[in-house]
Parts: sequence; structure tokens; C-alpha cells
Amino acid sequence: MQGDEACAEGAIAAGCRFYAGYPITPASEIMTHMVRRLADVAGVFIQMEDEIGSISSVIGASWAGAKAMTATSGPGISLMTEGIGYAVITETPCVIVDVQRAGPSTGQATRPGQGDVMQVKWGPHGDNEMVAFAPWSVQEMYDLTIKAFNFAERFRVPAFVLADEAVGHLRETLVVKEEVEVFDRFKAPNLPPFGTEAPNGVPPMPAFGEGANLLVTGSTHDPWGFRKTADSAVQARLTERLVLKVQDFKSEVIETEAHLLEDSEIAVVSYGFTARAALQAVKSLRKEGTKVGLLRLVSIWPFAEEAIAELGKRCRVIFVPEMNRGQVAGELKKYTTTPVISLPKTNGEVIEPAEIVEGIRRYEV
Amino acid sequence: MNEKIFQMINPQSFPTPFCPGCGHGILMGAVLRAIAELEYDMKKMLFASGIGCAAWIPSPHFKADTLHTLHGRAIAYATGAKLFNPKLKVMVISGDGDLSSIGGNHLIHAARRNIDMTVVCANNGIYGMTGGQVASTTPIGSRTITTPGGNLERPFDLCKLVEASGATFVARQPVATPVPLTRTLKRAIAHRGFAFVDVPSPCPTQFGRRNAFRTAYDMIKALKDSCIPVEKAKGLAPAELRGKTIVGEFVNSTD
Amino acid sequence: MEEKKSKKKKVSQIHINQKWCKGCYLCLEVCPKKVFEKSKEVSEKGFTPVFVAHPEQCTACLQCEMLCPDLAINVQKEN
Repeated sequence: MQGDEACAEGAIAAGCRFYAGYPITPASEIMTHMVRRLADVAGVFIQMEDEIGSISSVIGASWAGAKAMTATSGPGISLMTEGIGYAVITETPCVIVDVQRAGPSTGQATRPGQGDVMQVKWGPHGDNEMVAFAPWSVQEMYDLTIKAFNFAERFRVPAFVLADEAVGHLRETLVVKEEVEVFDRFKAPNLPPFGTEAPNGVPPMPAFGEGANLLVTGSTHDPWGFRKTADSAVQARLTERLVLKVQDFKSEVIETEAHLLEDSEIAVVSYGFTARAALQAVKSLRKEGTKVGLLRLVSIWPFAEEAIAELGKRCRVIFVPEMNRGQVAGELKKYTTTPVISLPKTNGEVIEPAEIVEGIRRYEV
Repeated sequence: MNEKIFQMINPQSFPTPFCPGCGHGILMGAVLRAIAELEYDMKKMLFASGIGCAAWIPSPHFKADTLHTLHGRAIAYATGAKLFNPKLKVMVISGDGDLSSIGGNHLIHAARRNIDMTVVCANNGIYGMTGGQVASTTPIGSRTITTPGGNLERPFDLCKLVEASGATFVARQPVATPVPLTRTLKRAIAHRGFAFVDVPSPCPTQFGRRNAFRTAYDMIKALKDSCIPVEKAKGLAPAELRGKTIVGEFVNSTD
Repeated sequence: MEEKKSKKKKVSQIHINQKWCKGCYLCLEVCPKKVFEKSKEVSEKGFTPVFVAHPEQCTACLQCEMLCPDLAINVQKEN
């Protein structure tokens, strides 16, 4: 099965019953697959007039009670960014798949890239804390899409699947479990839907048509949804809670995978399709006796600060190969003083194991 | 005769933030009256709006599910909600700039789809909330803060735009004549398919003061005096229609 | 300021919510029977509202109620 198709399968397995999208290479296959699969499960599909319409109708459908998703690539994320910010402040669960391609702008539509890592988090103005996963296989396109839905529902945030064209168009075997663990949004009819003093910081979420007299708004609002655009205390509480509700539980989201790191002096940190080459590079360097290991980032946001800090203590240098000019490499530098060497490749082609090996050797000389 | 209407609002959000004499306040009452006369259940309705003074008509004043979205996007948000729960009776109430400028694309596509919703455009021919900038509906020659020498651009005829896009109910009634307005709103709300009502609604603060209207009533009176029913307008030349507000139903189809 | 009720019960009782009235005077201008006049007092919101000066002249046409942008006028028809 193709990676894009596996992503759609994961969405259906997670309970997604609404999809709105707009054609864009290399994500269109997700939309095509969702048309067929949503018909199987009596879901709802619409191809909207643009990406802004897509994210908008996804949010509207989520408030009508749906687990809703859209998929796009870099240019589409740029268009959806305002809507993503709206999902942040209204605490609307939704899943956005970004099958990254070579950018910036129109770039190379049919070629892979990893240049949207910062954009999905920092694109919307203001602060946020959201969830993003980077699949490296067709299996993960399925598994991590399910995870994205579950965290979206749990935290009431927009959640991203940060794929890339390489893994999106890859064909591999997919193993589908009979039973999938699915998390549903918290419901409590008489509690305010936009504020809480509960420790997990996540209010209940009614749906339209339940008689809740919902006041959904993108303006700063009190726990009942009334606009409070001149109230400093409300603004402070809202902006803090929106971030803390994820940050306080980030250890339950953050997922990394260690390969050959036990006795490493050198580390490679990688994610997405690139991590496949990174693993290969690490294995071949090990054969020559280099004590090198790989830390694969499965989740990108919230960022694995502690894992990086820990890694920096044990290793004397960290290499970060990525299909961008050093976005995650730059993020690593916030959490460790150990030298972080960026190995960027932005020619629209995937990074090869030999290139990573060469990059490490060049530094070591 | 407002007893029923008082049950349909959130009283803690009154008095409204609208300026004294704002046409949008009149429209707010007309919408509530229409729903009350239709005996629709507010619990089954969804009111979506964008950004601007008009978008504050339903949010937070209506005691119902309200969806205050982003500038220009109310129709797209409402489309998602309606498709997932078709039982919702969906109304979009927003301004002319919101619906036809930044939101123009969603407007024409929703009309093309003939999706079952009612879109009410509170049309004051200006961007009021942000201080009175020119809009896609501002008359030629009007003064606004971004057209201090008089607007050079031609305005949309929103009814023609939406009709051409495929809407199956298109009408115009101003706030100056609240009885025909309420009647038309009822027909639009009850219509199955995409219904659009252009509601000219004066903005005394941003438009009126810059265009030699001394009071809110002066604007209401001028608006009322400019009205000409669609049947009468058919026989007139364009020059005779300049400055006139053509009112009535332009499209009412059950396709 | 308290709600002012008309003293003479003829065709209608007109209630003006002084807290919601913004003194735009649409009602005053549109009333065919000149029922309203501008109040000399200032409301707690800083507006000079209207008051029902000639309640006996009201015909319950409801133009004032329908044109009020603030839902501040409620006309109750007498049976």
C-alpha cells in the first residue's frame, strides 16, 4: 500500500468521518482514498474550493461532532495557517496531514522536502502548543495518523502528520490491527466548554445541535465563550492554559526511537524518510568501528527537549541530516551545548546513507 | 411584541456594542422576529458569522449555537457543520466586506453548490469596525477613510453576483422597511437550498458622517426613499436606476 | 433609571428599556403619531434616551419596536 493511502486508512480506523480537501501534489492520493473509504463507512467528503475552505469546513465539522481531517502540502499549510490558529484558540480537535515537498513556495511539487517543520508549529501568529508526528514508513503513516487523532481529541488541539513526498508515495506492507485504541473528546453537558480548572486543562466539548448554546469564537473568550477582548486576566489564563494543557503532559506525547546509542560518542538525530538513510549510515559506520548511534524523532512537536539534553551529555557531537536548511538542527541547539552539525540537503532529492557518512567523516577529519 | 424574542437572546450581552442607530441592530431584531414567526427551534439552528460589526449580530447575542469564525470564512465553516449534521438549520449572518471581498470565493461556491443554508448580508457599503475603509459595495463617489477624494471603483451588485453563481433564492430588502425585511427573511430561511438576502443597513458612524448624513434617521429615510420594487425597476433604463435600491425577490427556485 | 410605563392605557403599553436605549431617535423620527420625545436626563451609559411623552396617541403600528436597533422598545397591545 502507498504511504498516502495508509494515512487515509489510519484516519478511518481512528474514527475520522469527515474529510475536506483540495488537490495538491503530493497529498492528493490521501483525498482520493478518503473519497472511497468514507463512502464505506457513511462518512462525509467534500472537495472544497481551496485550502482555506478545507481547514474551515474541517473545523466546522469538528464542532458538529466529527473527527475531521484534511491533507495538503507546504503551500496548502501556508493557506491554512490562519485556520490552524483558529483551531488553537477554539480548541478544536482536527488532524492536518502535511506531505512535505521541496520548497519554498511552489518549489518542486513532485519532490520531497522537510521544510515545514517550523511552519506547522510557528505558522499561526501567537503562541500555541500542538502535536506533530513524522512517519518514516507506510506503517507509521497508518499508526501515527491514528495517534494524531487520539491526541487531537485528548488535548483538543490541531494535530499534524508531518509526512514527506518520499514516504507518502512509498509502497510497503501495512499491518492493520483488528482493534485500534481510539480516544474520544471529553463530554460534560453542564460544564463550560472553553475553560477549566481541572488539572489536565482540557474542557469538555459539546457539539452543535445538543442544546449547549455554544459560543465558539476566535476572539479571546471566557470559559463560556463570551468575548473578553478587554480583560487581561482572561487573556492571561487562556493563553497559559492553551499551552500548558499540552506542555504539562508532553512526556506522554513525545516519542523517540534509539538505535545503537548505548555506547555512542557520536549521535545522529533524524526524522521522517531521512531517518531511514540515517539508520543505514549509522550501521555502516559501526561496521568500521565508529561509535555512532541514531536518535529518531517520531514526534516533532512538542519537541523532545529532555531526550536531546540527555543525548548531548553522553555524546561529543550530534549530526542532523534533514531535507531543509537546518530547522531541527537549530532547535537542538536550544537544548544542548554539545556541537550540533547540520547536514542539510535541499536539492529536492532524498538524503542517501553515503551522504550522511560523508558528512560525519568530513567533520571528524 | 418582543416577548418571544427576549427568550431568544443572551440578555447579559445587552446593551449591544453597536453604535446608536446602527442598521445591523435593526437586522438583528428582524432575524429574530422571522425565526419566531416561523416557530423554528433555536436549539436546531446554527448561526455562523465572520469578522466585523455584522458578524456580531448573532455572536454573542443569540441564545443558540453560534460560530464566530475568521474574516470571510463563515460560509466555509458552516458548510462543514451542515454537511456533517444536515439536521442543523444553518444561517450565516455577516457583512458585505466579509462575505464578498475576503469571503467572495466561499460565497460563490456555496451558491454554486446550492448548499442548504441562508446567508444574510448586512450591507453597509463600508468596513465599519476598522474605521470606515472602502468596500467592494461602496457606491462610486462615496467618501471613506481610504477614498478621501471619493470612491473610484464600481461596487458589486451582490444579488446579481450570487444569482450568477447559482443560488436558488436571492432577494434584497433594507433595514429601513422592517416588515418586508422580516417577511423576506422568513422566506429565505424556510427555503431549501442556498438562500441569499442582501440587506442594505446604514452605518451612521463611518459612512454617514463622511457622506453628509447628519443623523441615523437621515440615512434610514434616504435608504427607504431610494427603494424601488424589482417589478418596477425592470422597465427602467440604467440612468433612471442610478442611486436606487432595487428590492424584492430576484430568484426563488425549487430546483 | 426605571422602566417607564405609560399611565393612560389605551391601545398599547410602551416599555422602554432605559439601559439598552442609546438615544438614536429612530423611533422618535419614524413614529407617525409623535409619541416619543427626547429625555432631558442622561442614562447610566451616558446616552439621552427617549421617553414615551404621548402614550395615548399610540396606534400600536410597531414601527418603533421594529426599527429600534437595540430591542429597547417593547409595545404590548391592549386587549
